[in-house]
Amino acid sequence: MDPISLIVNGSTATVTADDDTPLLDILRNHLGLVGTKFGCGQEQCGCCMVLVDGRPEKSCGKALSTVAGKAITTIEGLGTPDRPHPLQQAFLDEQAGQCGYCLPGILISAKALLDHNPAPSRSQIAEALDDNICRCGSHVRILRAVERAAARLREGGVR
Amino acid sequence: MNTPTLPPLLAANPRLDQWVGFPSPGSVAVSTGRVEIGQGVLTAMLQIAAEELDVAPERILLQTGDTDLTPNEGYTAGSQSIQFGGVALRMVCAEVRALFLDHAAASHGYSRADLAVRDGTITHRGEPTAHDYWSLAAAVDLTRHATGPSPTKSVRDYTVVGRSAPRTDLPAKVFGGLAFIHDVVLDGVVHARVVRQPRRGATIASVDEAALRRAAKGPVEIVRRGNFLAILGAEETVVEAVAAVAPNHVTWDGVDPINPFQEEARWLLQQPSTDRTIGPPPPTEPIPGTTRHEATYTRMHIAHASVAPSCGLAVFRDGKLQVWTHSQGVYPLRDALARTLKLNPAAISVKHVQGPGCYGHNGADDAATDAAVIAFHQPGKPIRVRWRREEEFGFEPVSPAMVVTVQAAVDDAGRPADWTTEIWSGRHTSRPGGGGNLLAAEALSDPPPHPPAVEGGYPPGAGTRNGEPLYDFPAKRIVHHLIAETPVRTSSLRGLGATANVFAIESMMDELAERAGQDPVAYRLSVLSDARARSVVEHVARISGWQAGLPSGTGRGRGVAFARYKNMAAYAAVVADVAVDENVRLLRVWCAADAGLVINPDGAINQLEGGIIHGASWALKEGVRLDTAGISSRDWETYPVLRFSEVPEVTVELVDPMADRPCLGVGEASGGPTVAAVGNAVAHALGARLRDLPLTRERVMAALLRA
Repeated sequence: MDPISLIVNGSTATVTADDDTPLLDILRNHLGLVGTKFGCGQEQCGCCMVLVDGRPEKSCGKALSTVAGKAITTIEGLGTPDRPHPLQQAFLDEQAGQCGYCLPGILISAKALLDHNPAPSRSQIAEALDDNICRCGSHVRILRAVERAAARLREGGVR
Repeated sequence: MNTPTLPPLLAANPRLDQWVGFPSPGSVAVSTGRVEIGQGVLTAMLQIAAEELDVAPERILLQTGDTDLTPNEGYTAGSQSIQFGGVALRMVCAEVRALFLDHAAASHGYSRADLAVRDGTITHRGEPTAHDYWSLAAAVDLTRHATGPSPTKSVRDYTVVGRSAPRTDLPAKVFGGLAFIHDVVLDGVVHARVVRQPRRGATIASVDEAALRRAAKGPVEIVRRGNFLAILGAEETVVEAVAAVAPNHVTWDGVDPINPFQEEARWLLQQPSTDRTIGPPPPTEPIPGTTRHEATYTRMHIAHASVAPSCGLAVFRDGKLQVWTHSQGVYPLRDALARTLKLNPAAISVKHVQGPGCYGHNGADDAATDAAVIAFHQPGKPIRVRWRREEEFGFEPVSPAMVVTVQAAVDDAGRPADWTTEIWSGRHTSRPGGGGNLLAAEALSDPPPHPPAVEGGYPPGAGTRNGEPLYDFPAKRIVHHLIAETPVRTSSLRGLGATANVFAIESMMDELAERAGQDPVAYRLSVLSDARARSVVEHVARISGWQAGLPSGTGRGRGVAFARYKNMAAYAAVVADVAVDENVRLLRVWCAADAGLVINPDGAINQLEGGIIHGASWALKEGVRLDTAGISSRDWETYPVLRFSEVPEVTVELVDPMADRPCLGVGEASGGPTVAAVGNAVAHALGARLRDLPLTRERVMAALLRA
C-alpha cells in the first residue's frame, strides 16, 4: 500500500490504506472527520455526500484510489459556529432538522446546487436533494432554508 | 413522605436531587430520564426547568438518559415526555425554588411573600439580595423527597415556556460535530459485525472460517457463543467487507420458509387470536330503523427505516459493563442486559447518545446488546457494533400488518346508531424490558423465554389505539383480535395501531358522509360535541379554504380527517390536496392541532410537520416486502419512502398554545389523520375508494379499472 494524497477542506491529507477503501471510511476513521455520515453504504441515501472537485458524490461508494489528488469538501469545510456558511446559518434560522443525521449530506448537496445555480426554484432545490433521504419529515423546512441561503448569497453573503 | 398526589414518575424518583442540583457557582444541573430522539425534548425540558427555577436557560447543564445520573423514566415513547416527564420536572423545579425561598425567609429575616428569584438570585421586593441558589445550596437539603404540589408559576408569568426556543442539539449536527453515537471514538476500538440468525431459533450448522478469512484484507477475529456469531477487527472497512459476504459462508439449521403472501395483511383473518371486546357487546341482531354498512381496510407491515442503521458501544472492564446506546430506554435496557449476561444491574451503566431518528423500537436495543455480549466476553476491549443497512431493514422489529373492519348501523339521518371497529393485528409492543426479544440474547445458548404477546390496557391501547372514534355515537366498541404469531418480529412504531385505526375510521366517516349526501366536514361536526375537537376541525377547514360540494372523480381531490391521539393526547385535524393520474401527487397539507399548553411552539410544529410527511410516506409508499427467507425489502429501492420532490407544502397551526391547560403529547398526533386525509383525498379525486395501504400506482390503476 502506497500512501495516497488528497486535498480535504483545503489541506493535503496523506493516508495509507487499501486502494478500494471507501472515501467515507478514510474521512471518518483515518482523518477523524465524523461529520460525513454512514447511512447505507449503497449510494442510495445521501448521508455520506461530499464534494469531489466541486461535484456532489456519495463517499460510501468512492474508492480511495479514485480520489487521489482531488479536492474533497466535507461538512467540516463549509463553515464553523463562529463563521457559518449561509446554508448552515439558514438551517439554524429555519430550525430545519429533527434528528439531524441527514443534514450534513443535505447541506453538501445544497452547496453543490447553489454553487452553479444561485437562484434555484423550489422544484429545482427539491430535485437537487432527491438523492438525500430525510426520515423525520423536515423536508419543508429544509427547502425553505436552502431558499433563504440562496437569497442571502445573492445579496452578497460571505461566500 | 410521599403524598398520594405525587405523579407516578415522581413517586418512583422522589429525591429532589435526582432532578436538580447546583454543582458550581452560576450553573444548574438538571436531569431528565427522557432522551433526544430528534423530537426536541431536551430543549423543551431546558425551557421548563429554566422557567420554574427562574434561571437563564444557558446556566443549565442538562443530563439525560444515563443510569448513573438521571431519574428512571422508563422509555421515551408514546408522546409522553412533556405530558408526564415535563410535568414531573416542573413540579420538582417549583418545589426546589420554594425551598430556597423558604430558607432565605427563615434564615435572613425576610417576609416570604416579598421574595422571588431572578436568574438564580433571590430578590426582595424586586431588588437583588446577597443570596442566590449557589450561596444557599449548602444549607438547603435537596436529598429530601418531593412532596408534590408546590405552586408552579402561572402561565401569564411565563417568559421562557411558550416561546419558540432554538434547538440546543442542532448546531452540532449542522456543523458536522460529534453528534451521534456513530461518531463516538473510543481509544483502541474494536469494530464488530454480527452474522445474524436468519430466523428465531435457527442454529449454526457450519461456519467456513477459512473463506471468511480469505475475504478479509486484514486481521479479523471470529467470535462464536452458541448461535451468536461475530466478526471483529481493528479496521472497520475490513470487518465490513467480511460481514458483507459472511451469509454465503455460514449455514443454518431450523430455518423454515415463511409464507411471502403474509406481506399483505388479510392472512391475519385466518389466524388464531386472543380476542377482547372493549365497550358494550356487539348487537346480536339488526337494529331497527338502521342500515348496516361495513368496510375493511388494511395496512402492510411498516419499517421504522431510520436513515442510518443502529449502533452500539460497550466495554467490560474491572467487572463493570459500560454501554452506550441510542435506545429509547436506558434503564429497561440495563435490566435486560443484566438478565442476558447474568450480571447485577448495579454492575452495568447504560448511557444514551443520540442516533438517527428511530420513531419507535428499531434495532437500537439489539445493536447495544450485540456490543455488550461481545464486550462481556472480551474484557478490556471497547467494542463498536454498527449494523449494516440490510441488517437494519432485515432484522429490526417492524410495525405489524393490520386489518380493520368498521361496521356501522346508520339511522335515517345518516348517522351511526351503533359502531364497531374490529381489529386484527400482531403485537405492537415487544420492547426488551423483560429480558426477552433481544436478537443477541436469543442466539446465546440459553435464550430467555420469548415474551408473551400482550395488548395492555385501553386507553391508550396498542393495536387498539384510537380504535374508538371520538364521535358521539350512541353505542361504540372495539373488537380486538391479537395474533401472537407473525412471520416477522414486530414492535412499536410511531402511533402504533392508531395509524391503521384512524385510517379506517376516518375513511368510513367519509363513506358515510357520501351516502348521507353530506359534506365531510359538516358531517363530522354533526356528530362531534367535544369542543376542542370541533375547534381543530373548524380551524383546519378555515385555513385550507374548505368548500363543500366539490365534484369527485376529476383527478383532483381534497380530504379531511381528525383524531385525538390515544383519545387522551393532542387533537389534530388534517386536510390534504392531491392530484391523481396513475400516481398520487400530494400537493398541499394543512393541519390544526390542540396540544394544550405548548412549551416550544416551533418544536411542536416541527413534530407535527414531521408526522405529516411521515404519514404521507406511509400512505403512499411504505410496506415491508417478504419472501420465503423473511424481509426482502432490504434497501431504499425496495423500501421506497417519500423523497424531496414528492413532499407537499405543509401548513401547521396550533390552537390556543398558551392556554393554561395541561400539556398534551404531540409527537404522534398528526400521522394517523394525515394517512386518512390522503386516503380521503385520493378517493375524492378518483371517485373510487382505496382501502388498502399504501396507495400505490398499481392500486390506483386497479381502482380506475373497477370504476
